[in-house]
Amino acid sequence: MRFVFKTDYEDDIRLFPHSGYIWSYGSLLVLLAIAPFVLSSYMMSQLVFVCIYATVGVGLLILTGFTGQASLGHAAFLAIGAYTTAYLQQFGVPFLVYFLAAGVLTGIIGAIVGFPALRLQGIYLVIATISFAFIVEEILARWESVTHGNEGMRVKAIQILGTPVPRDSPAFYFLCLGVLILTIIGSLNLLRSPTGRAFVAIRDSETAARSMGVNVSLYKVKSFAISAAIAGFAGCLFAHKLSFISPEMFTLQLSIEFIIVIIIGGAFSLHGAVLGAIFVVMVDPFLTFLKDDIPGVIGGLAATFGASTAKAAQIKDSVAAFASANGLKGAIYGIIIILFVLFEPLGLYGRWLKIKLFFQLFPLYKRATFKRQKIYVKSERNR
Amino acid sequence: MSYFRAENISLHFGGLKAVDSVSFAVEKGEILSIIGPNGAGKSSIFNLVSRIYPPTSGRIYFEDQDITQEPAFGIARLGIARTFQNIELFENATVLSNLLVGRHRHSTTQLWQELLFLPSVRATEKAHRRRVEQVIEFLDLEAYRDKLISGLPYGVRKVIELARALCTEPKLILLDEPSSGLNVEETDDMSFWIRDMKTELGITVLMVEHDMTLVNRVSDRVIALNYGRVLAMGSPAEVQVHPDVVAAYLGA
Repeated sequence: MRFVFKTDYEDDIRLFPHSGYIWSYGSLLVLLAIAPFVLSSYMMSQLVFVCIYATVGVGLLILTGFTGQASLGHAAFLAIGAYTTAYLQQFGVPFLVYFLAAGVLTGIIGAIVGFPALRLQGIYLVIATISFAFIVEEILARWESVTHGNEGMRVKAIQILGTPVPRDSPAFYFLCLGVLILTIIGSLNLLRSPTGRAFVAIRDSETAARSMGVNVSLYKVKSFAISAAIAGFAGCLFAHKLSFISPEMFTLQLSIEFIIVIIIGGAFSLHGAVLGAIFVVMVDPFLTFLKDDIPGVIGGLAATFGASTAKAAQIKDSVAAFASANGLKGAIYGIIIILFVLFEPLGLYGRWLKIKLFFQLFPLYKRATFKRQKIYVKSERNR
Repeated sequence: MSYFRAENISLHFGGLKAVDSVSFAVEKGEILSIIGPNGAGKSSIFNLVSRIYPPTSGRIYFEDQDITQEPAFGIARLGIARTFQNIELFENATVLSNLLVGRHRHSTTQLWQELLFLPSVRATEKAHRRRVEQVIEFLDLEAYRDKLISGLPYGVRKVIELARALCTEPKLILLDEPSSGLNVEETDDMSFWIRDMKTELGITVLMVEHDMTLVNRVSDRVIALNYGRVLAMGSPAEVQVHPDVVAAYLGA
């Protein structure tokens, strides 16, 4: 087992506590760099969605995971970023300008949403953010002079220095990957400086944060603004990836998917956003696999185990009917969230940490290491 | 003029007078203890001073400045730190980051600088870290630096709360029952630290405490409260034999 021996205050600050991190992240980067030359175009497309979802996930983690303010309105922030992109593109604005505008405008709107949130907590805040998302959805559908209502808007390919970057090109993938990596680095920087610590302080005890001199209202608004701005940047890429946007793409379902990203991934570390995004994006290919291949496999199995041809075909049909049933995706999400909340509240990243510790301590690992313990009840009267 | 002054402060919850027109003053560099039976209004006074509750009436002055209308986070910036009776630590953070939150009032970096983690941010972070290390050394917390609060025993949490308050480099520190839940040895340590805070760090201490041994050992003056009113004020020995105080504790 590795023991990090600290000899300098720098050791508490650095992003990579020891050389092992550089090796593992380095090799991951190499893998991601060669991915477009190895993977099929369908998988590349999914990988781009992973990048975009993970970017939104990082933003949502800052707000929900680190500042403790739940939001079910992130689809709306994504929508604002996407529509800013589509709107500005009509006037021939260059990519870099409307990309920044998408982030900044969404950030400002995020700050405005943050103000009513100052007085709300827990479930009430969730309801407020849902209402915000519905308002945005409605505005997008009705403000036809700008958003073209339910007809939606076309988004042209990105032009960088006169060369177009098509949405299924490796260059677009690297752009999304770059935005994700920059977002992660920026967020890590934020989290190791006073602002990030103030966020965590607000999450764990507002009273104590206040008495340490943290301007709680200001930092909540800041957190909303940062989180929304990140979603806005992601929205710009999202619009380009889809090449067509309309209000029904940014529904509550999408906000819930973002929440799933951080619940499944693990809400206490940025790793969670990436793992959760991989999970959420890969549910679709998994379902396609379920629809296309599983009925045949099960039918074949039934035949080999002595079922008559007619019976096997019948089994195959009923499995196929089940696999292509409406709402199967929702049901799978639901079941998985319940299982995670019950058995792995720390998410996929928490599971990974446990597996890692198991091998580090082998054969001395104790299950009790991660056991949740009951602690004394904290007084709530000073809220 | 006194260093810290509360003039006729009151806190009423409807008809209940939790604090009823209390006046007291703290001199620079002294340790003043507030004692009283349960529900006497001791913690309420602390919550008034640290602006968690707005007072119903009365004024509070610190260094000749009226701080009655100051927001709660502004109090810390003026140099008043506090601890809580029912520990209010940041549970899911390490001891180190808890203490670094204490440095918040000294942070000067802007958001954009932090996003890029510019050399200036790195430098101030290291300076904060150095100050935190001094407090860690002062309170013997070396063993716990990278531990999560949620896994630590009560006695240690109590000390960490004190450490976090010291990290703000306060001029006046409010200790809400520093010895509650501590065993005899830990209480001993606590009394040494409180005296060292006064003599070595030059911090003025205002303290609510039930443990009379601790009060006698460290206090310069004592205020006894009951039903939100001041019963007696003076040296620990004087207050303990004051007839009203005896009556409040033992019944008339």
